Amino acid sequence: MKKILFIEDETSLQKAFGTILKDKGYEVVSAFDGETGLKLAKDERPDLILLDLILPKAHGFEVLKKLKEEKETQQIPVIVLTNLEEMENVGKALELGAMAYLIKAQYSLEEVLGKIKKALGES
Amino acid sequence: MPKTTLQDLNISAQCKKYNLPLWQCPHFFFVIMGVVMTGVISAVYSIGLHYLDDPQVIALVILFLAAALFIITFVITKAFEKMAEANRLKSEFVSIVTHQLRSPLTSLSWAVEALISGEFGKIDEKQLEFLKILKENNSRMGELIKDLITVTKVEDGSQFKNKESVSLEGITKDLVFKFQPFLQASGVELIIKADENLPQVMTVASQIKIAVENLVDNAIRYAKSRNGAKGLIEILIKKREKNIQFEIEDNGVGIPEEDQKYIFQKFFRSRNVKEAQPYGSGLGLFITKSIIGRLGGKVGFKSEEGKGTTFWFILPIK
Repeated sequence: MKKILFIEDETSLQKAFGTILKDKGYEVVSAFDGETGLKLAKDERPDLILLDLILPKAHGFEVLKKLKEEKETQQIPVIVLTNLEEMENVGKALELGAMAYLIKAQYSLEEVLGKIKKALGES
Repeated sequence: MPKTTLQDLNISAQCKKYNLPLWQCPHFFFVIMGVVMTGVISAVYSIGLHYLDDPQVIALVILFLAAALFIITFVITKAFEKMAEANRLKSEFVSIVTHQLRSPLTSLSWAVEALISGEFGKIDEKQLEFLKILKENNSRMGELIKDLITVTKVEDGSQFKNKESVSLEGITKDLVFKFQPFLQASGVELIIKADENLPQVMTVASQIKIAVENLVDNAIRYAKSRNGAKGLIEILIKKREKNIQFEIEDNGVGIPEEDQKYIFQKFFRSRNVKEAQPYGSGLGLFITKSIIGRLGGKVGFKSEEGKGTTFWFILPIK
């Protein structure tokens, strides 16, 4: 079973999307802030990280930077899942090593699940 | 000297803080006024010295008046600063609120989508109907938030810094390609006619896309609603002296004469448009006009109720 670390501070999105991911057969580990996200990435070694950008304790870019710096986590693919749509944020995330940058409001559930499958090499 | 006073003296930094060009910045005007007043005082003193018996008295009186004027100007400048600050805070507030609203909307949208898919249990027809209402309203709120974010960005001017050489024809063709499913679903035909060898325009591509997208979206929405007749839209792009002109004509519902003066106002939707399309934020044309204005162009239209509308804008080539 593939493991996904979902770093997102919005409780309702954690619950709704977490349930959907579990229903699709993934193991889901949740983190509600940047610091916990970093710790869980090292402890749990997930197959994929879904990362929001506006997070308490550590901003998503800080988390992404550290994930790509640390030996234990730098190989884990990261999909940035946010509602920040400015081009400079997209560029910065990709430059820091994110695999993809998805603006939540512009993607349907089906499309996001498709991107996750692709990132996990399932399609 | 305190740090804040030093920061106040940095005019360029102060103007940047409010996203204002130098010639619209109160701090810059304050310095200019100071220079002008000093010049006037010196000139009057000089004239008095040569032509009057006791110029020192006159100069002192003028100096006193100038000081009073200087204080008044300072107060006015501070008031302008407060206004600009309030405006900046308002934009920041709208931006934060709209971004924060998007996250719960996303969870709602994805949860409803998951339920509609039937993967979490069978749904009967009535439940499906309610879920579809939820989905549609969620999508409307999403559109409104998107428009509000665009308005905030246009008003604060932060998205207008990087101009590049852009093909208006290319942008229009790409957008029309994106609109094909909507055009087909609406039974509307769209034709693009462009002059040969059109020059590129020095502008901000992302903003022009938004402006053109709003005009095309409106034309499709209202062209399709005309007495069930097939909608027709024609886009013309041509060179006009030092400008490029974009024109979009539809055979749609048109704008009632009494509503025409309000058409570019924020949140305004004309009477017949509300009947044809009950939902809409009324921000599209305001956004388009603001963008074209910021880019140094002009927007206009002609319309007749029941016959159709032509919107146009011109943009300077350089």
